[in-house]
Amino acid sequence: MRETETHTDTITAEAAEATVHQPPEGVVRRMTLNMGPQHPSTHGVLRVVLELDGETIMSAVPDIGFLHTGIEKECEVKTWQQAVTLTDRVDYLANLSNNLVYALAVEKLIGDIEIPPKAQWMRVMLAEFSRLNSHLVWLGTHALDIGAMTVFFYCFREREDILRIFEMFSGQRMMTSYIRIGGLALEPPRGWQDRVGKFINAFPSKVDEYEELLDANPIWRRRTQGVGFCPLEDLLDLGVTGPMIRAAGLAWDIRKSEPYSSYEKFDFEISTRTENDVYARYRVRLGEMRQSARIIKQALEGMPEGAWQADAPKIVLPEREKMKTQMEALIYHFKIVTEGFRVPAGEVYQVVESPRGEIGYYVISNGTSKPYRVYMRTPSFGNLQALPALLEGRLLADSIASLGSMDFVLGDTDR
Amino acid sequence: MIPDPLKDHAVAAALDAQLPDAITGGHNEHAEPTLFIAPSRIVEACRFLKQEQGFVRLSAVTCVDWYPADPRFEVVYLLHSLERNARLRLKCWVSEADAEIDSVTVLWRGANWYEREVFDLFGIRFRNHPDLRRILMPVDWEGHPLRKDYPVHGYKYSYGEE
Repeated sequence: MRETETHTDTITAEAAEATVHQPPEGVVRRMTLNMGPQHPSTHGVLRVVLELDGETIMSAVPDIGFLHTGIEKECEVKTWQQAVTLTDRVDYLANLSNNLVYALAVEKLIGDIEIPPKAQWMRVMLAEFSRLNSHLVWLGTHALDIGAMTVFFYCFREREDILRIFEMFSGQRMMTSYIRIGGLALEPPRGWQDRVGKFINAFPSKVDEYEELLDANPIWRRRTQGVGFCPLEDLLDLGVTGPMIRAAGLAWDIRKSEPYSSYEKFDFEISTRTENDVYARYRVRLGEMRQSARIIKQALEGMPEGAWQADAPKIVLPEREKMKTQMEALIYHFKIVTEGFRVPAGEVYQVVESPRGEIGYYVISNGTSKPYRVYMRTPSFGNLQALPALLEGRLLADSIASLGSMDFVLGDTDR
Repeated sequence: MIPDPLKDHAVAAALDAQLPDAITGGHNEHAEPTLFIAPSRIVEACRFLKQEQGFVRLSAVTCVDWYPADPRFEVVYLLHSLERNARLRLKCWVSEADAEIDSVTVLWRGANWYEREVFDLFGIRFRNHPDLRRILMPVDWEGHPLRKDYPVHGYKYSYGEE
C-alpha cells in the first residue's frame, strides 16, 4: 500500500472496539493516576481518578465540585432581573443561551408579557453567536489537545470577532447579560448590521479552512476515528444531550422539537452523524457551525422592525427621556430598581438547546419579587456523567481525545 | 386518582390504571403536566413510564424546600419522552423527619449524580443508591446549603466579625 492511501482509510467504531485490550485474568498490578484538577486538557478544574492496568484504563471516577459557587442559592436572594447576571456565570462560553433560557422561563411565569418580534429574532441571532463562540473554543482547544496546534489560532481569530460583536451589543465581551426579562438590555447599537454582515459573509469559508486543516491531517483522523465509542442507548440512559447524541445518529435538537423564541421561522438542518466516535462529534459540531451561520444570516436579512422591549412598564425599565417628563415612568423606575417586580406564583421548566445540549431552568415563584428556587439542569453535568463509559477499557492515550469530544464546561457542571 | 386538570392526559390515565394508588394529585400549569406520586411508588411509576410509555430520558432529579411546611421537601423528577416529544414532571413529598426515598438509579444510570446532588444540597437520602456521597460540596462539609434555613453566606464565615 502506498503511504498516501493510509491517509484516507477509515476505522469504524466497531472495528476499533474489537481491538480494545483485555487484560489477562488475575492481574493485580494496577496504578492509580490522578488526572487533574490542574491538568490542562481537562479544560477547567476536573479531577478524574484513573485506575490503570498498563496502558488500559480499568476505572475512571470523575470528581467534580471544584468550581461550585452556589449560584442556585444566590439566585434566591436576588431580584428576578438581578439573577440574569448570575446565569452568565454558569456556562461562561454560552452566556447568551443561559440568559435566554432564564428570561424565557420567567416570561412564561409572568404570562401576560409579549416579546416583540425584533427582540425574539435578536435573541436567536445572539444565541447562535454564542453557539459559534463555544464551538470555536471547543474546536481550537480540542485540536490543541490532540496535537494540531494551528487550528487554535484560526479559531481564536474568529472568536475574537464574535467577542467584539458581543461587546458592541452589550458593552461586555463575556458576561453580557444582554437578554433580559422583557426583551433586551439595550437597544441594538447603530451599525450592527454591517459588523454582523461582514463577519457572517466571511465565516463559512473559515469553517472550510478548519475542515481542510484537520481533515487533511492523518494524525487527526487516526486519533479521532473509532475513539470514544459509546452506544446510543447508554448515552441516553446516562443523561447525555446535545452534539454527542446527534453524533450517535439521533436527530434530536430542541430548537426543532420544542421551538422557542421563534426558531420555527428559521430554516436550518440538524447535523447528525452515525459513527458515534470523537471524529463524528467533531463533524457534528462543524456542521452546527455552518447551520448557525445560516441562521444568523437569515436573522440579519429578515430582522423585523419595531420595539426591542416588551410593552410592560411594570417589568422593563422606562426610557430615560420618559423618566424625566412623566410621573408614572419615574414611579415604575423607582419600583423596579428598589423592589423589583413580582412574578405570579407557579413553576416552569424551560428548555433551550445550548451548544452543549439540553439546558433547562426549573424556576419556581411564590409570588414575591425574588425567585423561590432556580434549578439549573446544565448539559455539562449530564454529559460528564458518561465519562467513565467513554474511558473504561480503553487506552490512556485516547482519554484526552474522548474527554475533549464531550465539550463540557466546568462552571456549567458545578454551578 | 387523576387530578381534574389532567383528565384528558393519556399518560396519567395509563399510569393510574396500572398503579391505582400511585397518583395523589397533580396540575397542568403553563401546559406542563405535573403528577404527585406517593413516595413509596416512585420506582414502580417510573418503571412503567419508562418501559411502557416511552419516557426513556430522565432530564434531571431535583428538590424544592418548602420550609417550614410539613412534609418539607418536594423531590422532582423531570421526565422526557423523545417519541412523544413530551415532558412530564413527577413529584414526591418527603418529610424532614424521614428524609428518605427510593433511588431510581435502577432505571436510569444517569440518575446517579442528580440524586447525589440532591443528597448533597438538601440532605435527602436515596435508598439503594450505589454511591451516595457528596458531589458538589467538599466531603467534610456540614449542612445542606440549598435548604431554606441555611444562610446564604453559610455558617463558617461571618463577614460581620472581621
